[in-house]
Amino acid sequence: MAFGESTVGGAAIVKAGGRIDMSNAEAFRETLVSAVASARNAVIVDMDGVDYISSAGLRALMIAFRAAKSANKAFAVAALRPLVLEIFTISRFNLVFPLYGGVREALYAVGAPTSGGPA
Amino acid sequence: MKITFWGTRGSLPAPLGGRAVRRKLVNALVKAAGAGLDTPEKAEAFCDEALSFPEQATFGGNTSCVQVDAGDRDYLLCDLGSGAREFSLAALGRHGPGRPQTYHVLVSHVHWDHIMGFPFFVPAFIPGNTIRIYSCHPHFESAIRNQNHAPCFPVEFTALSAKIEFVPLEPDKPYEIAGCTVTGMAQLHGGESFGYRIEGAGKTAIYTTDAEYKPEDLARMERTAAFFKGADVVIFDSMYSLAESISVKEDWGHSSNIMGVELCQMAGAKRLCLFHHEPVNDDDKIQGILTETLRYEEITRTGQKLDVVAAYDGLVLDV
Repeated sequence: MAFGESTVGGAAIVKAGGRIDMSNAEAFRETLVSAVASARNAVIVDMDGVDYISSAGLRALMIAFRAAKSANKAFAVAALRPLVLEIFTISRFNLVFPLYGGVREALYAVGAPTSGGPA
Repeated sequence: MKITFWGTRGSLPAPLGGRAVRRKLVNALVKAAGAGLDTPEKAEAFCDEALSFPEQATFGGNTSCVQVDAGDRDYLLCDLGSGAREFSLAALGRHGPGRPQTYHVLVSHVHWDHIMGFPFFVPAFIPGNTIRIYSCHPHFESAIRNQNHAPCFPVEFTALSAKIEFVPLEPDKPYEIAGCTVTGMAQLHGGESFGYRIEGAGKTAIYTTDAEYKPEDLARMERTAAFFKGADVVIFDSMYSLAESISVKEDWGHSSNIMGVELCQMAGAKRLCLFHHEPVNDDDKIQGILTETLRYEEITRTGQKLDVVAAYDGLVLDV
């Protein structure tokens, strides 16, 4: 799997795909933490391409979330597929992060909209 | 191998209160309206068919005590939580006080919920019985002796009539105990704790409670999976949700259902038994966690199916 990064307004968007598990969770964590450092005011993780996330991947999200909180930056997770949303719910990570249906909605919520309202 | 759960609750006994019993009763009576339950047999059948586990029973409130029976004449227990009292009364009822028995006990660690049943362990009061207590924990003997001491308990340890022996174990070294091969493993938990791999009668049970497993610690995950390898049942500390265990309750020394599934899948274990239930969780909550864990196993399964059960006081597993 690969992780892509882009910027919209003051928000860094990290796009993840495939399976996130023990084999690539460290790379995921590094990408996220680096995005938190470089973002002006928010990080949004676009999970649209993610089929599965294990405990190791969820922990990477937790670390980035904490880093964002200490840096006073917003952190949001967007576009979870139904199965990945189930994993978030079972692990109670749905109670940790703000989750949004799509990236545009997340951008709007963190105050960095592209244009118009939430998709 | 047969495993009997005498205490399954974590941290503190959590008895079902009168209000909770009444809620179950009211719910069952409403559901049974018009069902014509005029005999105990019909009522029993109704409970089995029409009521869920939390509606008709409870996971129970005693703290850790698990009996492993691999066919030996002697008894083998894991931990001496408040469930040990229930076990001891059942053993006494079976044999009576006049037929001495030998009881072997593996102690995971000495936090109170794992030893609090010993002052009420009836066989300790009966001459002729032998109680052999084993642990990898460095302070298990003094912790257990000191419980039977004023001002906390009126019966001094020295007044107990049974022959009581303390046998220190070393982790990672196999021992023959009560017809089983027992190997200890150091676990991550404040004040130290130890899991045990118990092999007997051609089966393997893992007893791993009060153990935190961190998903980022790949080396420990792999060591643990090797310890669990091919187990028929893994009795696993699933006290917290994964989110809790790696955030607000990180380093509190407990684990989650998610980690239980992932480690069992890595190890090729056959059955995961959720154990050391959070005392705050009521029966509905624990049943919900079981349902979610079954679903998590289903959506993450890549090889053989992992059976998942939630332990309750009184559960007997045929392994």
